[in-house]
Amino acid sequence: MGAKQTRAEKYQDLMDKTGFSPEQIKNLHTRFQQLSDNEETISREDLEKIPALANNPIRKQIIEAFFDKRNQHQNEVGAFQEIGFEQFLMVMSHFRPPTLKTTEEEKEAMRKEKLRFLFNMHDTDNDGTITLEEYRKVVEELLKKSGAIGLEAAKAIADAAMLEVASTNVPHMAPEDFYEGITFEHFEQILKGLEMESRMHIRFLDVDTTTMRCGKSKS
Amino acid sequence: MPLRTGSHSPAGFGKSLPERGLLLLMVLVFLEGSVLPLGAASSPDISHQANLDDHKAAHEGHNSTKKPFPVLALEYDRVQIPFEISLWVLLASLMKLGFHLIPRLSSIVPESCLLIVVGLLVGGLIKLAGEEVPPVLDSRLFFLCLLPPIILDAGYFLPIRPFMENLGTILMFAVVGTLWNAFFIGGVLYGVTQIQPANPSSLNQIELLPCLLFGSIISAVDPVAVLAVFEEIHINELLHILVFGESLLNDAVTVVLYHLFEEYAGVGTVTLLDGILGVISFLVVALGGVLVGAIYGILAAFTSRFTSHTRVIEPLFVFVYSYMAYLSAEIFHLSGIMALIACGAVMRPYVEANISHKSHTTIKYFLKMWSSVSETLIFIFLGVATVDGPHAWNWTFVTVTVILCLVARVIGVVGLTFVINKFRIVKLTTKDQFIIAYGGLRGAIAFSLGFLLNEDHFPMRKMFLTAIITVIFFTVFVQGMTIKPLVELLAVKKKQEAKRSINEEIHTQFLDHLLTGIEDICGHYGHHHWKDKLNRFNKKYVKKCLIAGERSKEPQLIAFYHKMEMKQAIELVESGGGSKLPSAVPSTVSMQNIQPKKPPPAKAAERALPQLPKGREEEIRKILRSNLQRTRQRLRSYNRHTLVADPYEDGFSELLIKKQKMVELEKKIKEMSNYLTVPAAPPDSPTMRRARLASDPQAYSVKPVSDSVPTIQVDLASPQSPDSVNLLDEFKHAGQQQPQVEDQGLMMKPPSGQSGPNKPHEADQARDQQKLTRCLSDPGPSADEDEDEPFLP
Repeated sequence: MGAKQTRAEKYQDLMDKTGFSPEQIKNLHTRFQQLSDNEETISREDLEKIPALANNPIRKQIIEAFFDKRNQHQNEVGAFQEIGFEQFLMVMSHFRPPTLKTTEEEKEAMRKEKLRFLFNMHDTDNDGTITLEEYRKVVEELLKKSGAIGLEAAKAIADAAMLEVASTNVPHMAPEDFYEGITFEHFEQILKGLEMESRMHIRFLDVDTTTMRCGKSKS
Repeated sequence: MPLRTGSHSPAGFGKSLPERGLLLLMVLVFLEGSVLPLGAASSPDISHQANLDDHKAAHEGHNSTKKPFPVLALEYDRVQIPFEISLWVLLASLMKLGFHLIPRLSSIVPESCLLIVVGLLVGGLIKLAGEEVPPVLDSRLFFLCLLPPIILDAGYFLPIRPFMENLGTILMFAVVGTLWNAFFIGGVLYGVTQIQPANPSSLNQIELLPCLLFGSIISAVDPVAVLAVFEEIHINELLHILVFGESLLNDAVTVVLYHLFEEYAGVGTVTLLDGILGVISFLVVALGGVLVGAIYGILAAFTSRFTSHTRVIEPLFVFVYSYMAYLSAEIFHLSGIMALIACGAVMRPYVEANISHKSHTTIKYFLKMWSSVSETLIFIFLGVATVDGPHAWNWTFVTVTVILCLVARVIGVVGLTFVINKFRIVKLTTKDQFIIAYGGLRGAIAFSLGFLLNEDHFPMRKMFLTAIITVIFFTVFVQGMTIKPLVELLAVKKKQEAKRSINEEIHTQFLDHLLTGIEDICGHYGHHHWKDKLNRFNKKYVKKCLIAGERSKEPQLIAFYHKMEMKQAIELVESGGGSKLPSAVPSTVSMQNIQPKKPPPAKAAERALPQLPKGREEEIRKILRSNLQRTRQRLRSYNRHTLVADPYEDGFSELLIKKQKMVELEKKIKEMSNYLTVPAAPPDSPTMRRARLASDPQAYSVKPVSDSVPTIQVDLASPQSPDSVNLLDEFKHAGQQQPQVEDQGLMMKPPSGQSGPNKPHEADQARDQQKLTRCLSDPGPSADEDEDEPFLP
């Protein structure tokens, strides 16, 4: 089945699953080859080698997101050790922007999908909620470049943020109740104002950009 | 907004009396304003002559007859100009007041229209009295005095993020759109004037170049008019920034086209070389303006770094540097508007990090005040100038102009959007295009530019002016009045009155990094990548230069958090203390609910402490929760005339009463567990200074606050303050700290200059500070507490 499939068919399959155009898939495939040293799969190390990512405070989370099974939309949990092009593309498809033709329902679905992606990034232990510890970690990572101030402030900020989520979503809690963690519904609720479908996207190039890339991705 | 609804209640008459008084006052000023200048204007020469005569007579009087000493003399000339100016400003301000007293009017008719009508009335009155209308919309006055405050206000508070994200679109509309408009209108008008009807009129003598010149004057969207109208309709941020940004950036195009055509209108031809020079000139004008503005902005930022000891003149630097930027740009015929915008936008993040909170408020107040008055004056003057101006009405010309303006705008917007949408990710819908097209209002800039034309070179100047005024009237009245119902009708997305919550801020930052990372993985350098690079450059080099002290290292998230906390504290104080907090989402959630259940010594400690009665606990929890969940903040909204309320507006005595209540409550609060922890900043952190609202000249001085103004010392970051409740410490030195803490119940102590030497060795102990109490206490001057002993020994 796999061996005889022509490239076009493979691309068609991917197009349906991820919604990219053929040119975009081709470009991403080229990139994938670059990252994987022309092998079939890429591992975490391959991604870690990208020099531009070194300055990114949430580098680990981003890389981890590629290997997270939850982002493949197949109702699995856990993590891959290596991913193939299809999985790579699947993760990338979370960052597609809406078009003029996207209907309201599709926009809603898109938003949910993107928020789910973010949620999965925060919820590292796969239990379906973002606990205070996990949230603290998120803020700490964001502020880790700022040294000691950052760590102290991170705790406070995470606490305040958690409190905000709790009070917006579950306004009436008795003093003894314990707010377990941010569920996906609560997460959606508090980020309603950000309009994810219009913000969380990058530009995927339609044209062949091998000549436009300045600098290599690795080494 | 109606101040009262007194007319409906039985006590209505009594309530409306002040209103009537105000109206009467306005009418009087009105009349005085129109009559008095007339009296003076009509006879400047005569009075001058009279003065001379008087002097002569006085001289002679010494020798011949001695006149009795004048007890009361009238000398108007000396004060004439300032007097008239003040009268105009007063009139404008009273008008503004007056409109809001009439409840229904301000919601139907935009203010700009009303002001023009007032101007018409005043002009009419003056004319009726047979006097000469003062040339109020003199171009120098307009461009040098009336326009800069408005533009500075807009530039300083420009929302940078949406502006930068849509810069490409804005530039397309501003440059290409304006060019298209100018040439289309100019060209078609020329075509119309060349039509030889049966009876040739003066129209046919108009050349091509004056037509193009006219086209370029009339084509530019006016920032003043756009601001005035758009701020009342509250559309979403994207559309607002598109139209407004366009109105700002098209200044460069207008300047170049105007000068180009004006220069060569006499000669009669424009060659290709001139065209190319024009393009180069455009680049020079635009980029030069931005450069000049940026230079002055950096200078201002740099200066503000050193103003820590002279806080009172901080706002002055902002204003003067900006005005200098504008004037400097005008010297070289560069775009003054772009210089001003660039100056304000560049200096703002650094200046705000350096100046005191009071200076920040001052700058905000002054900018909004000046821009408000300017705007009002401009519209009134437009009305007056309409009545005054020599008009030459020509049906064909004027109607064709009006129609062409509309048509050109629509075609331009639609065409450009078609092209732009290919490059935009979030596309512009038809509704958006309609609003953009409809929002292309013309205003006073066009009129002033027309006014500047030399009568000799342009014999049809009067006709031009008439046409310009007609277009302005049409856009402001018709489009201005109907845009609001149209926005409702089309269900255009309105501006979200959203509070900026800490979660959103966290995720905005997170998203930025995420998208940058994904772009890096994809391998192409998209705009996230460049934005990230710019941010890093900014953080590494620029901030260190331009921001004083420790604040240069403060990451944005922490700055945001501190700002939010402070706002919450201020709001809490304003709302009157603990008992009745009008929270948006009444919630019983407090920190206790979200802390993971752990068996710390704190729990044991809690049991060791005397249990509070349930009622007290509830009160205390209410305070905690309300303080922490106060996320309803006023977004920096596009209504330029609202400001965050001043905490000092509350009565002082009320604060004292609140203070008493607070003192009691806080004593109990300390005994509770689970407070919000607040960062322990390094010693003498400017974050602490920033949070202080102490009187300016003494920002860092040793003296604690002893003035009569209640001050809020929201000392979020100071690790060691007299009343810090360090729960763990409390049990280390069990009894020792307690009595001290009890003594100095009031939280809000100014941890003043002495903090410096003390902090270093105390900073280590201060890990888990219970700063919440700090945020809650009210700003009383520590009258009954030990004023001069800020710290625990």
